Amino acid sequence: MLKGKAFKFGDDISTDHIVPGRLLHLRSNLPELAKHVLEDADPTFAQRVKKGDFVVGGKNFGLGSSREHAPIVIKMAGVSAILAKSSARIFFRNAINVGLPVLICDTDRINDGDELEVDLAQGKIHDLTNGAELHFGSMPEIMLHILNEGGLIPYIKNHKGFVVPQEK
Amino acid sequence: MGKTLAEKILSNKSDSDARAGNIVIARLDLVFVQDSIGPLTFRQYKETNLDTIFDTAKTYVFIDHAVPSPIRELSNDHIFLRSFAREKGLQLSDIGQGVCHQLVAESLANPGDIIVGSDSHTCTAGALGAFATGMGASDIAIGMALGKTWFRVPETIKIVVNGRFGPGVYAKDLILHIIGQIGADGATYKSLEFGGRAIATMPVFERLTISNMAVEAGAKVGLFPSDTMTQNYLKEQGRGECYIPIQPDPDAIYEATITINATTLEPTVAKPHTVDNTALARELKGTKIDQVFIGTCTNGRLEDLALAASFLKGQKRHPRTRLIVAPASQKILLAAIAAGYITPLVEAGAAVVPPGCAACLGAHEGVLGDGETCLATSNRNFKGRMGNPEAFVYLGSPATAAATAIRGEITDPREFLLG
Repeated sequence: MLKGKAFKFGDDISTDHIVPGRLLHLRSNLPELAKHVLEDADPTFAQRVKKGDFVVGGKNFGLGSSREHAPIVIKMAGVSAILAKSSARIFFRNAINVGLPVLICDTDRINDGDELEVDLAQGKIHDLTNGAELHFGSMPEIMLHILNEGGLIPYIKNHKGFVVPQEK
Repeated sequence: MGKTLAEKILSNKSDSDARAGNIVIARLDLVFVQDSIGPLTFRQYKETNLDTIFDTAKTYVFIDHAVPSPIRELSNDHIFLRSFAREKGLQLSDIGQGVCHQLVAESLANPGDIIVGSDSHTCTAGALGAFATGMGASDIAIGMALGKTWFRVPETIKIVVNGRFGPGVYAKDLILHIIGQIGADGATYKSLEFGGRAIATMPVFERLTISNMAVEAGAKVGLFPSDTMTQNYLKEQGRGECYIPIQPDPDAIYEATITINATTLEPTVAKPHTVDNTALARELKGTKIDQVFIGTCTNGRLEDLALAASFLKGQKRHPRTRLIVAPASQKILLAAIAAGYITPLVEAGAAVVPPGCAACLGAHEGVLGDGETCLATSNRNFKGRMGNPEAFVYLGSPATAAATAIRGEITDPREFLLG
């Protein structure tokens, strides 16, 4: 069970909001880059976020670049999961690959600052502040395995390759 | 039951009957990194302990994003990329050779290939009928090692373009129009497949502009059939033997079909801060522009420079408006010099910078100041994109960019063409 506070963002949060190109020179220094996470969407986020908290976006979260640094620095900030109405493809795959869950749900029902409880196994989100109960959508089985094993690198170390899930 | 282009290519490369929604493991024909994501990719690769490269002749390192290096940290990243490439025997394209996607189109992408690159605009090679898509560092690291990766076979949205492009209207206007219509997430996870009479006669340099921006609608790939235009392009690049025809089946299943009449299109511009925030260039008349940037993997090709030069020849940039031109590759720069396109651009007041990504990504060579505006021929106008969250980026065609540089405000290029 994951528990933490919701940090609400709008629609179309791009990878430039998360880790802008002007900080390209910090990409080989992830702890320094992480101090600027989401700076162009909310300059106070990096100081306020606490371990276990949630980034809550609108539609098309993470659109833009394939920079895997984006989900990595969100994870390094202590965020336990991203909740969004929808997520851009490359960002979604990158986040799972670094072991950061992206949960697709109706985030309109969550307010900034709400306390949330997320049950990954049951697919449920409970907003403890307003009482709302949300369900999040499923992902392909191969992604679930990658996520559950901590990301793509540990997954490949475990299996020495890709294991094709049997068609149901 | 027939197949889309995406299903055909993924079936062939996975030795299976790939249908939209399936998960397949497919062989890769080309894997590449560039300098902004390459260092993390190679660090992730080292984490795997795999120590294999599937094919060193098909694994490329492009140093194109921040070139020549503007700052010590990036110089050190470049050292790491070069030494890793040397150690593993990878193919290296160093500073000044050009933008990865242009070089892939010129020399590496073949119809029917699967290409993955550590850059979201890897989809550019879809113009040649290659299933080409961007991925992050971990996926590319594994692709380099194993020569295969997993894909969810995408559903396909068919875009049928009929009619004829009017004067002053180009492929860039078409793709901006499409993204404005379907939205920046209108094709998320999907394949965009282009067809119709206006596509059949569209040369590859224009198809590259369209495929390049497929990701700006969220698409995984932007695929064109491989046809006589593809064959012509491959011959021009000196590799006609790489041509194979690929067409979707007539009874392929599409999630949706969008039909566009090119005759009705007008010069189109994306306004800050999303690519789907489009308007007609003429509707934005009077919008003052501080910097015009012509170049990138979207519109830095020889024909784009020729078009810009045709507008700027004998003209001067507006005194208030800076003009930056970046050819997409060394081959283009040399051809543009030979064809006499560079001189009129420089005489008009352009700062011509070396082949590479240049001002597009906000790291160097044209970072905007607070409150400044830029009209760029690139593919992205997100807040902060050109190095400053207090700046405003508009996107348009090379013709719109050239006309805007002359007038100092957003200008419909037809004002110059129609007298």
